[in-house]
Amino acid sequence: MSGLTLENLSMRFDLPSGDHVQALQDVSLEIKTGELVSVLGPSGCGKTTLLNIIAGFLAPTSGKVSLNGKPVTGPAQERGMVFQKGALFEWMNVRENVSFGPRMNRVPTAESAPRVDRLLDVVGLGAFKEKAIYELSGGMQQRVALARCLANDPDVILMDEPLGALDALTREKMQGLVLKLWKETGKTIILITHSVEEALLLGERLIVMAPRPGRIHKQYHLPFADMGVNADLREVKHHPDYTRTREEILNMIWDMEEEIMGRSEAST
Amino acid sequence: MIILLIYIAIFIGAFFTVRLINTRLAQRNDFTSLKTVTFGDESAVTANRTASVISVIAIFLIWGAFTGSSLVPVHAPGPYVGGGQFDYEVLHPDGRRDTATVFWQVEATRGAAEDIAVADNDGFARDDAINIIKYRSGQLLWDRNDETDRKAGARIVAVNGQPTDFDPNARDADGNLTQDRPRFDIEHGSATLTDKGALLITPDQGWQMEPIWLPAPEAVWSRVVEIAGAGYQNSTLLEHLGWSLFRVVLGFACGALVGIPLGYAMGLSDWFRGWFDPIVEFMRPVPPLALIPLVIIWAGIGETGKIILLFLAALWIMTIAARAGVSGVNITKVHAAYSLGASRWQIMRHVIMPNSLPEIFTGARVAMGVCWGTVVAAELVAAEKGAGMMIMVASKFQLTDIVLMGIILIGIVGYGIDILMRRVEAWLVPWKGRG
Repeated sequence: MSGLTLENLSMRFDLPSGDHVQALQDVSLEIKTGELVSVLGPSGCGKTTLLNIIAGFLAPTSGKVSLNGKPVTGPAQERGMVFQKGALFEWMNVRENVSFGPRMNRVPTAESAPRVDRLLDVVGLGAFKEKAIYELSGGMQQRVALARCLANDPDVILMDEPLGALDALTREKMQGLVLKLWKETGKTIILITHSVEEALLLGERLIVMAPRPGRIHKQYHLPFADMGVNADLREVKHHPDYTRTREEILNMIWDMEEEIMGRSEAST
Repeated sequence: MIILLIYIAIFIGAFFTVRLINTRLAQRNDFTSLKTVTFGDESAVTANRTASVISVIAIFLIWGAFTGSSLVPVHAPGPYVGGGQFDYEVLHPDGRRDTATVFWQVEATRGAAEDIAVADNDGFARDDAINIIKYRSGQLLWDRNDETDRKAGARIVAVNGQPTDFDPNARDADGNLTQDRPRFDIEHGSATLTDKGALLITPDQGWQMEPIWLPAPEAVWSRVVEIAGAGYQNSTLLEHLGWSLFRVVLGFACGALVGIPLGYAMGLSDWFRGWFDPIVEFMRPVPPLALIPLVIIWAGIGETGKIILLFLAALWIMTIAARAGVSGVNITKVHAAYSLGASRWQIMRHVIMPNSLPEIFTGARVAMGVCWGTVVAAELVAAEKGAGMMIMVASKFQLTDIVLMGIILIGIVGYGIDILMRRVEAWLVPWKGRG
């Protein structure tokens, strides 16, 4: 059985006040190898919790996660992660950051160095290999994070709002890069975002989550990621299907947010 | 007070002069100079290096000017050196009056000037002469060579024509004076009468400080040269400073060697954290100086005691710094390392340790400063060698120049330590504050 399987995942946090938060309830999902899935939802819908469970940083209260038939019990290199920011090691230069995974796994330098060099060229940092992290811009730092994750050759790449802290222009460029890397490497990618546009453009499959309790609300299979690989992302945005789907999802999320507001107002 | 006013005047004067020169010179066009809002903009306020240089020069100028230094062209008025004279009028017990002259001279040191020879004059009061040492007063027993004396009831009724009715023999039942003692203005000084009616001559003291209070810069410098070569209290200057530094470095090294692993353990294990928290939190606010008596009781006044004291001074600071460094690690970095396949030990070695370096360096700078202060204080209490011991012994012999030299050198060494630590920090943790 190949791919990532989530079976009836539930996550419940008990609060010190005696209350509890149902962050996830009965989430089941099948993700095929090589799929690019984007996860979207209003704040508090448990999308980051979901990603942390898949990464192995959190154990679910019930349900299980398995990758290629093997159950997930903790973090491991087969599930690489790209964070929003702050995950790079400032005491290492760009090349040392990217080669961190291979070095920790005792891959001989002779074997890993060419791959690291090639990855740095692919993400457009060929001229910055010896630079310190704090000398790079935010966009360049995220390129390092992508390359570092890929250097370990993981089966699944988990992205937690990887472009969330970037400015709009850089973000657009980086979206193209993510698509390009997906196409070139054929990795399974799960991308969490709070931008509807990004979810539409990058997701082969789009999962909309609803809050309280966190659950899967609706799934879409989208053609835009495949279109974006071959064409300009800007052109994809003018596609009538794109505009229609975007409006539909935006309305859905607005309704959810209003419902939360209404519920919290009713309870106070 | 006068010195403070002069200092403020130099401060204000230099400010306007430098600003005038700056506006006259070519306009600078760097980013800060083009900012129109600088008040309240912290980044626009950097230390004006001209002001720093003038500040140091001003302190030396004032120091030199008020100690009569030969290095400084302008001096505050010094103490009067030279001669003077005044007349006094004596009332004889039988009612006669006679006038005599006092010839006085101020000499730089005892025996520097020859005694003044006075000719006997007529009348029962005779002329007197007295030598006074610079900065001191002189008491003149004016009746010593007269035909009458104070015991017989003779007393001074006027000095330089300034009359007084002060009678030292007028006492109340307890034997206290019934009148205030008079003060007479004389050329280059003042004179007064003592409780017993003798003359007390005080030449003008000027505004300069006596070397016993504040020696001139060149006197301090000559002490530096002298002690650097010949030594003081059986050790040369370098040995004194070297011993102090050696104690600081050894004590700090021991403190860091124990404190950093302890801090790491406290940051990584709840048991260690719980066990050592009360101890560390209790010991942190105890000033190391308060431990000196206990350390002396336990370990004596030798080297062991001092190293233990400095170890304790550095230990808590380094422990807390290391603990804060570990606790301050961004959890996403640890997560990232785990999902890149790093083991616990590898995360410790490649993530947590380098991540805590900035905090540890901040702690080390504080600890070195505290250790330097503590070692000097400990040497003040008891030591055979060391900068603190040197100035303590010198102060007992009123060798103010050695004391001053010691204080300046202690300051320079302390400042040097801090600069060195900052250099090392910039070299080893260049990412500090830029993460």
